[in-house]
Amino acid sequence: MATYDFVFSGLGLKDWCNKDGTGSAGPVSMADLMAQSGGKEIPSPSLWDLPFPSMDALHEACAAFPKSRVLTKGLEQGFLEIKDNLSLVLDPLTQPLSWALSGTLSLFQETPWWLMIPLLLAVVMLVSRSVKLVGFVALSFALLSFINYYDYAIQTLAVIFVCAFLCVLVGVPIGIAMSRSDALQRTAIPVLDMLQTLPPFVYLIPLIFLFSVTEPKLYGIAIILYAIVPVVRLTDLGIRLVDKDVIEAADAFGMTNRQKLYKVEIPLALPNIMAGVNQTIMMSLAMVVIASLVSAPGLGVLVLRGIRNLELGVGLVSGLGIVLLAVILDRTTKLALARINAAQRD
Amino acid sequence: MERETKIAICNLYKIFGPDPNTALEAVKEDGLNKSDLMAQTGHVLGLEDINIDIKAGEITVVMGLSGSGKSTLIRHINRLIEPTAGKIIFGDHNLIECGQQMLRRIRREEMSMVFQKFALLPHKTVVENAALALEIRGFSDKEYIPEARKWLDRVGLQGFEESHPHQLSGGMQQRVGIARALTSNAGVMLMDEAFSALDPLIRTDMQDLLLELQEELHKTIVFITHDLDEALKLADHLVILKDGKVIQQAEPQTVLLEPNDPYIIDFISDINRVRVLRVRTVMEDIPEGTKVSCCGEVDHDDNLESVIAMSGGDTHKTYLVKDGSKEVGILHMAKLLKSLVPIEAPDEGIRCSGG
Ligand SMILES: Nc1ncnc2c1ncn2[C@@H]1O[C@H](COP(=O)(O)OP(=O)(O)OP(=O)(O)O)[C@@H](O)[C@H]1O
Ligand SMILES: [Mg+2]
Repeated sequence: MATYDFVFSGLGLKDWCNKDGTGSAGPVSMADLMAQSGGKEIPSPSLWDLPFPSMDALHEACAAFPKSRVLTKGLEQGFLEIKDNLSLVLDPLTQPLSWALSGTLSLFQETPWWLMIPLLLAVVMLVSRSVKLVGFVALSFALLSFINYYDYAIQTLAVIFVCAFLCVLVGVPIGIAMSRSDALQRTAIPVLDMLQTLPPFVYLIPLIFLFSVTEPKLYGIAIILYAIVPVVRLTDLGIRLVDKDVIEAADAFGMTNRQKLYKVEIPLALPNIMAGVNQTIMMSLAMVVIASLVSAPGLGVLVLRGIRNLELGVGLVSGLGIVLLAVILDRTTKLALARINAAQRD
Repeated sequence: MERETKIAICNLYKIFGPDPNTALEAVKEDGLNKSDLMAQTGHVLGLEDINIDIKAGEITVVMGLSGSGKSTLIRHINRLIEPTAGKIIFGDHNLIECGQQMLRRIRREEMSMVFQKFALLPHKTVVENAALALEIRGFSDKEYIPEARKWLDRVGLQGFEESHPHQLSGGMQQRVGIARALTSNAGVMLMDEAFSALDPLIRTDMQDLLLELQEELHKTIVFITHDLDEALKLADHLVILKDGKVIQQAEPQTVLLEPNDPYIIDFISDINRVRVLRVRTVMEDIPEGTKVSCCGEVDHDDNLESVIAMSGGDTHKTYLVKDGSKEVGILHMAKLLKSLVPIEAPDEGIRCSGG
């Protein structure tokens, strides 16, 4: 006797309910097992305890009515069915990402430290023009290397380097296209919102089904999907915010659309685009840690080890390493941004 | 002397709104004016039946209050705005019908523009900004930098070539704007309230600069302003716009002496006529065969203030008017005085009654 019996008897569906036998068909969920083993008595129904007419509650009243697990199961099944076809298309399409990641990883790792660290310092100097920051980077790397975390840190950097680069490469054109077409902007914004609000773990689920966990592209895609959002958004915004008067001047002097894009719109939107790049890099860093769950190398692996093996020290120190990298990446891009802003302050 | 027409604007209409063509019918057939059209169809009548001949080598000033359609009009000349109906004849072409390619060539080579808010590129240096038109056309920097420098010198900006626009004052930024227009070497210069954002002293400087440049370059200039003093100072031909319609166009002196609309009378009532009116406007032809006996000579372009000063206030005097060495007319002081009688301003100022 279940709460919603009356619905089915009222609708005259009793026969349909009992058609395929009694008892709970379909997959058994953890909650069912618990309830069974507990062997609880059914309490007398009071209005206070009225369950929501959910799938499970209705199933209790009518065996033929599907449980909610059937729904999720169906999703799984469906996904598994299209999976093969999907991988057939996606696999070759995303293969270059695997190559780029493993290539860059081995390049970064095989370059000896006494070449790699000065190279990094030179890049930081070039981008930020700040001796103070270069000093900070040198100190941070000396510290990380001294405690034997150099390899992990450089792996993390390599992954971020590839992913952030690809985010910019793909994201800026998408942003430009969005700024040109209101229709595209209207469709793209909900997708971007979804990408940004989905918890990072959720990305990993369908990706694990699609690709094998050992492939670098698995975490590459996860990182790119998560981190591409700000650069797309801010490119779109930046180009839409370009002073209408300046655009008009460009038209009045006979610029072609291409000239307008390269000589006016992108340079004037650059502060916004760079703010997007900064956020994209920071989000790649956040994701590369989470993606260590699916075999992304780097400091995240150590954090994971800290959690799994309860090695508190390892977890804390690698966490500190991540903070150092975050500060370095953030400062470097922010200083570059500040320089651009200073050059075209109105 | 009659100059050739460089740009002819013919029967130009512009209506803003979702269905301008239907609204255009209503305007043409039922003779709706701006506020009627707004009330009945929700469309904005931007320009109504504009006909202007812009003469080569002259400064044509378009004047009107805010919202009268000045910016809309000037943007039709290089087709930054598409008209609802009408023609703009430039050389052998109707600009309204010419293709994108042709339009771009005309914008690059034949027309330049100066903007109220300067509209310089903030990330480029002053000299790069000035060189913009040549850069767009595909010249190399070796070719365009010297040209841009030359014009920057000409507008008085030597030494600032490598600065960025934000480091300059408003007046200097607009000099860059003018240099940019000059560097393009186009025959037509469109100036939309080019000096309105500048403070009065700088503004006078810029007006003088423009007149000085014009003396030498003889560009065809279309100049937009809402300031009557500026209009009178610069204009060879003055067009007065109200609610999207031309209500008078003539030589500025004519507008002052024979305003044909209460709106204009109201406009000119505050003007110091002695300073603005010229001898040539109030002089008379020399009667046939008379030998003029008089007490002095004045130039035909002198303003009346200087003549009054010369006469010491004596209304019986008569002057011989000369253009260079040629005798072109005589000026009776009594006639001069008559021209100064103010034209009655309407009881209620139009500017206020409009709302
Ligand atoms: N894109 C547009 N859509 C709708 N109405 C417009 C548009 N552009 C201009 N208008 C209207 O056309 C009329 C003329 O505007 P315009 O900008 O040409 O005036 P203006 O004389 O240049 O004024 P100002 O001195 O303020 O610059 C105004 O009533 C304005 O509201
Ligand atoms: Mg305007």
